Amino acid sequence: MMRDPADPAVFEAIARATRDALAEAEVRLPPDVIAALERARSRERNPVARGELDQILANVALAADLKAPLCQDTGVPIVYVTLPSDLPYTLHLHRAIAEGVRRASREVPLRPNVVDPLTRKNTGDNTGPGIPVIHVRPGNELRITVLPKGAGAENVSRIGMLLPTEAGTIPRFVAETVLLAGGRPCPPVILGVGIGGTFDSAAALAKEALLLPVDTMDDFEQQLCDAVNTLGIGPMGLGGDTTALAVKVRTAACHTASLPVAVNVQCWAARRAGRVVEVPP
Amino acid sequence: MNLRTPLSDEVRDLRAGDRVTLSGIVYTARDEAHERMRKEGIPFNPRGAAVYHCGPVVAGDRILAAGPTTSARLNAFTGFLLDAGVRAIIGKGGMSPAVGELLRGRAVYLAFTGGCAVLAASRMRLRGVEFADLGMAEAVWVIELDRLPLVVGMDAHGGDLFAQVGEKAKEQFQRLSNTLGKEPA
Repeated sequence: MMRDPADPAVFEAIARATRDALAEAEVRLPPDVIAALERARSRERNPVARGELDQILANVALAADLKAPLCQDTGVPIVYVTLPSDLPYTLHLHRAIAEGVRRASREVPLRPNVVDPLTRKNTGDNTGPGIPVIHVRPGNELRITVLPKGAGAENVSRIGMLLPTEAGTIPRFVAETVLLAGGRPCPPVILGVGIGGTFDSAAALAKEALLLPVDTMDDFEQQLCDAVNTLGIGPMGLGGDTTALAVKVRTAACHTASLPVAVNVQCWAARRAGRVVEVPP
Repeated sequence: MNLRTPLSDEVRDLRAGDRVTLSGIVYTARDEAHERMRKEGIPFNPRGAAVYHCGPVVAGDRILAAGPTTSARLNAFTGFLLDAGVRAIIGKGGMSPAVGELLRGRAVYLAFTGGCAVLAASRMRLRGVEFADLGMAEAVWVIELDRLPLVVGMDAHGGDLFAQVGEKAKEQFQRLSNTLGKEPA
């Protein structure tokens, strides 16, 4: 018999994995992000900035100890799914993930952040039309990866439809995004940069870049990160050596007449976690 | 320096960049609370009060997470609070030069580290709530602080750490512009 997300046992396993991944992401930062914060603290020369980084690290430790959400903006859930070939892609997959979000919202608990865009009426459970945002890709195992995204950093993200001849201005566009953002996105930030694709897919690439570990950067990423850090905006916009912990870039092919560049800004609370769903036989 | 609410002229001794702690009662308020207070009146004694830009996570009578929200959204809604006697605004990211002018001679803007919601909650006791119908994130929560560590972002004499940092960043960006590629035509 074909396994199917509509099967109650499979549905339950998906909902539980989503709930567990969200619960982990909200209270515990990934080790590579903590290491990047510690590195920034050890290098920082500005005393106000050192104080801010100390508070961030103290907060990270306290949240993990108390199993409490490390930031009160528990974000909106972005969910990345890899789906093996023996599982059909059905509406039930979306429903099971939404159920997991509702459970995490009750049980962690998470702040209800999701509203109608025009009436601003809160749905109360962090789900709604189009939320959670779900991206499905083929893969070898059924894996749920969550990226709860806060609004402060999301609100200063930018996309530019550059001319094909303007590839050399990409570092300028990235640094300008951080300059315009100032202290609002809760720096030190991580920047996800999507280059190429289309207007919409560049933004999706930029967000997916935020799933990449921040403990390594290639030469181009390092160049972008160094440029941003010369701005001196520092933790919380109070000044300092570290404005960006890391820059991660993802690229895609694009139209010969286009050069979309998207910068998705992530606050220091770069929350992400994943679970492999053990699909019942 | 250790500050305690209700505040008075001691806030005039503070300078942008100073690190302080704050104890005593503060009141949370975000966008909707500001709108309601402007229309219907301030539901607490504003003289010497501190207003915290925050939408906490509350469970029963406990505050679980209570970091600051972005203060700039409230730039246009702050004058009436300062005129009523509020002496400190707490938040993140700083506020406009117009608010800086409104602070002159009487009040300060205190920055708390964005995202440090659990650290903040560990220094808090919940004492009450006003405008509860606005919901958890938008209600006015009455909170007692125990030495919350803060940075003076904007002082009562026109000093503005965010503006200083922003100006330097702008100069640096101009300097970098050549190596970073020219302005798109």
